[in-house]
Amino acid sequence: MVREFTIGPATREAYGAALVELGRKNPNVVVLDADLSKSTYTGKFGKEFPDRFFNIGIAEANMVGIAGGLAHSGKIPFCSSFACFLVDKGYDQLRIAVAYPQENVKVVSSHGGISIGEDGPSQQSIEDVALMVTLPGFVVCVPSDAAQARDLVLRAADHKGPVYIRTGRPKVATIYTGGEFPFGKSRQLEDGKDVTIVANGLMVAEALKAHDALKDDGITARVIDSYCVKPLDEEAIISAARDTGALVVAEEHSKIGGLGAMVAQCLAAHFPAPVEQVAVNDTYAESGSPAQLLEKYGLTWKHVVAAARKVLGRKVRPLGNEPPPAGKASESEHHPFEV
Amino acid sequence: MPLTYDELKAKAVRVRRDSLEMITAAASGHPGGSLSEVEILVALWFRVMRHDPKNPQWAARDRFILSKGHGCPALYSCMAHTGYFDPSTLNTLRKLGSPLQGHPDRRFIPALEASTGSLGNGLSIGIGIAHALKLDKTDARVYVVVGDGECQEGQIWEAAMYAGAHGLDNITLIVDYNKKQLDDMVKHVLPMDPLGGKFAAMNWDVMEIDGHNMQLVVEALEESKKVKGRPTCIVAHTITGKGVSFMENDPKWHGVAPTKEECAKALAELGV
Repeated sequence: MVREFTIGPATREAYGAALVELGRKNPNVVVLDADLSKSTYTGKFGKEFPDRFFNIGIAEANMVGIAGGLAHSGKIPFCSSFACFLVDKGYDQLRIAVAYPQENVKVVSSHGGISIGEDGPSQQSIEDVALMVTLPGFVVCVPSDAAQARDLVLRAADHKGPVYIRTGRPKVATIYTGGEFPFGKSRQLEDGKDVTIVANGLMVAEALKAHDALKDDGITARVIDSYCVKPLDEEAIISAARDTGALVVAEEHSKIGGLGAMVAQCLAAHFPAPVEQVAVNDTYAESGSPAQLLEKYGLTWKHVVAAARKVLGRKVRPLGNEPPPAGKASESEHHPFEV
Repeated sequence: MPLTYDELKAKAVRVRRDSLEMITAAASGHPGGSLSEVEILVALWFRVMRHDPKNPQWAARDRFILSKGHGCPALYSCMAHTGYFDPSTLNTLRKLGSPLQGHPDRRFIPALEASTGSLGNGLSIGIGIAHALKLDKTDARVYVVVGDGECQEGQIWEAAMYAGAHGLDNITLIVDYNKKQLDDMVKHVLPMDPLGGKFAAMNWDVMEIDGHNMQLVVEALEESKKVKGRPTCIVAHTITGKGVSFMENDPKWHGVAPTKEECAKALAELGV
């Protein structure tokens, strides 16, 4: 039986509330939006602190540049729009006005991933994490629920340097009641010995459900919420590879360049282990309800279970040991480490 | 005592000589646009701007952004001769380990207000600074220099529309209107006229001047400080490669360094 979650606020709602909290605490916090403040929830800050809120208009490049100038002058700008517009249209400015001079700008997007639903692929961002992790010096986070989003936003304000946080449109499962989520770390939510599921964003809840389903079949899975994609918690990833020997990485993003790529890169360098990805398979999605899209494009707990079974079959097993559970695939393959 | 126009003109010769020598020593760089902007930069750094090289982070300083970052040799020369670093550093332009990067880089020169080089970015950054100065209730100004070719970037117009609509009167934008870009004459690539009219339509106070007449440049910059409720755009009509007969008005010199012989010839023309 897979667990059920209480559905809590969207991570973008948590962002909006956290901004107001920050605004009351710190007069240097300023907020910029590009005419989507009702959707990104920055409008709540704007209402309470109109002097510190800049609605730039539909001009993301200009917005990011202005944020760079504000940060250069000692302000702590949070700048928001939909992920695809903010990152893609503001990318040269994120590079020149923020990352290159290491300005203290907080870039917080909403509408990450395909779960925005009906508006379709022009508004669905499946590339933003990949684009942001390549910018030197940026911290890149993808929170899984409201409590975590709040903590990461407050933390971003205290952090000196550029931060990217990707929030989402739909209301999401409540994973946490609170807690601390330092940059460069991850959170282990379940332990197991057969396989590790690394996830972030709304895939964390799916990973936990997959854990339950696998358990019913006698497979124990470690589940790691890798909310910080960069810097990646390499220690947790390497330990997971050492302890469980196989990993699944689940994220609401293209399989190219996101968390899965970061995990694979880490393991290739430090502790090679088989990795299967649950992610958008190098394609644009379409219009539909969020649930329909997540199903069609392979982002549910069932897909995580299937990936776990597959990766178990790819495990490198010590000589003489029994094959791992559901290890049919490996029996038909000749692995170089076996005689 | 502010420098006289004659003294400023002498500085301009110095900056032109430095720029050519630096680019020649580096064997790469952008002489055309470095020479066209000289009077604008000299007027700002040696007379108009409030700044203190001994305290580059002074909160009340005026801010300067060279958005057309490829014109940095003239900027480095101005900063060296106003006391930000030793003029002997100038001959390290573009060399490994030098603070004088090929385009302005704040990591190496913290006194710079922005790292530039990707065209179109400077005005937006300037707007952010201008907003912050107003929030902090300081009367410091922001001076941004852009190229005319640079104004082909869409971001310039996002920023121009915004600054005009918000009446950011602590911004002075100077367009170094030298009519040349890398490939060809601006009018042959993408004509920008009426350039001043575009800014005027976006609620800017616009002045058009001869950008090589030191007195007019200084007066226009001083005048811009008095404008209330609107940002100022000074369209400074200039000549690419100004001061060197064989470089003037020739787009070839946008991004090509002179040989040592060509440099010697140019320096002889400029005098001392």
